[in-house]
Amino acid sequence: MKIAVLVKQVPGSESPLTISTSQNWLEESGVAYIMNESDNYAIEEALQICEKNGDSEVVVVSMGPDRVQKVIREALAKGAHRAIHIRTDAQDSTDPLTTASVLAENLRSENFDLIFSGLQSDDLGFGQTGIILGEMLEMSTASLAMATEVTNDSIKVKRELEAGYFQWVTMSLPASISVQSGCNVPRYPSLKGIMGAKKKAISEVASTNKDQHQSIKKLYPPSSSKETLMIEGSTDEVVDKLVQVLKNEIKIV
Amino acid sequence: MSILIILEDNNGKIHRMGLESIVGAQELASSLGLKTSAVVMGSNADALADEASQFDLGEVIRIKDELLLTYSSDGYTHAVKQIIDSESPAYVLFGHSYQVRDYVPKLSAKLMKPFLADNIALNVEGSTMILTKQMFNAKLFSDIAPSDAGPHLISFQSAAYNADTIASGSPNLRDYEVSLEPSMLKTQSEEPFKESAEDLDLTAAELIVSIGRGIGKEENIPLAQEFAKTIGAELSSSRPVVDSGWLPSVHQVGSSGQSVSPKMYLALGISGAIQHVVGMKGSKNIVAINKDPDAPIFEIADYGVVGDVLEILPKLTEALK
Repeated sequence: MKIAVLVKQVPGSESPLTISTSQNWLEESGVAYIMNESDNYAIEEALQICEKNGDSEVVVVSMGPDRVQKVIREALAKGAHRAIHIRTDAQDSTDPLTTASVLAENLRSENFDLIFSGLQSDDLGFGQTGIILGEMLEMSTASLAMATEVTNDSIKVKRELEAGYFQWVTMSLPASISVQSGCNVPRYPSLKGIMGAKKKAISEVASTNKDQHQSIKKLYPPSSSKETLMIEGSTDEVVDKLVQVLKNEIKIV
Repeated sequence: MSILIILEDNNGKIHRMGLESIVGAQELASSLGLKTSAVVMGSNADALADEASQFDLGEVIRIKDELLLTYSSDGYTHAVKQIIDSESPAYVLFGHSYQVRDYVPKLSAKLMKPFLADNIALNVEGSTMILTKQMFNAKLFSDIAPSDAGPHLISFQSAAYNADTIASGSPNLRDYEVSLEPSMLKTQSEEPFKESAEDLDLTAAELIVSIGRGIGKEENIPLAQEFAKTIGAELSSSRPVVDSGWLPSVHQVGSSGQSVSPKMYLALGISGAIQHVVGMKGSKNIVAINKDPDAPIFEIADYGVVGDVLEILPKLTEALK
């Protein structure tokens, strides 16, 4: 079984975000990048299927500038066998339809049985790339996976629905599945894995330029719709003021 | 030129986000002079058509087909593509529900038109359309424009429009035939089910104490439990706490959990990712404690404290005992 995992490098949740002078992207120099959270679960799901099936290969795929090799190495250290790095400027990957087209062009000849991706990226948050790619490669697709069961030529996926409901769907392979965070327990790379990752192959391909179907015109801080009363002071002062708010303003008793 | 609104079934009623997208369509239609058509399908198509027929719409289009009785991403993608091909709408509007996330990307690939997803606002000025979306975990807003000509596939985040302001009317009903073959459907769906035998109804709670990743570790959960008990509140959480196995999923508030609107929602160490916020922003009073001053939870909070939950919580419990 040949399995691809799409991973993305995104700003960490506590990273500073400074808007660039062009106003439509970030000042990248100050950003602390990490692996997109739900992609960790996608890697784990692929590795578990690989371990169960034996005779399988997990290929990690990432698009972006040089810096994304950090998350590629992380996935290799966890156990992925090899990697494909499609080089682009970060700003050229802000449209999921274009991104998926580039991925499809580069991955078609690999004939993957399964493609896993995280539900959505914590930067742009469109949540579409894996599904669009699956459709472009004429695969079955499912989103919001919370569990998977692979048989010879099909996969059964437990999908998360709204308001606490789930649903099992069965589809033929090849399939592209986007996974929800929480669907498994992602492993940490072992020391042996980290050492071994250095020897694993990353094939680098240059992305062909494509016109974007949608683009970011401007980034800006959110305008608060609410007046927020910020409570400040030492811990004791904050506690005193909070007690006043809870008792006298909100009247919780 | 028209606006299609694709409505979703929620147990025989129009999904709330569908009602909100009707309001968006009504606003867009009146500013651009376009006709609106609401599309209903699935096993409850008749009931949805009845409900839609009380709203100010150009028409209601009902699709009845054996292969659409149960939702499948392939079936819905083909059905909506066929109606787009024959009606040539300028805009196709959706609520950004879990179902829409599942099949509209496929539709985008089939049409080679971008899926402009999860917007909080849509503004048309002259020939330019600007959509506003939250990015970077809701820490920044982004103005987005499509480069392609329509039809524009657009979804709206929960509460982008207020469903209470929906205008009433009496549209015509039209049946539309799709042509689907069983071979088009690559997936077989089973009945939806609820996982947990345990049930916890947070929707009626007056006071809710909710914990997020900022609680740090499982061993700290009792601090929040004791505080909740002290003030007579229910305990809830954001998704990461459930994903980490620190609380059962019945406690989860947000798009994949419960939607609540208590008198007070006290958010402890919750960053305020949109998936959580959609489930609690209707709360009367939101109090947020978070050590990150830029956490988006402060955008919607009535009272905010930038500080360490683990330092504040034990003292607050003590003071309220």
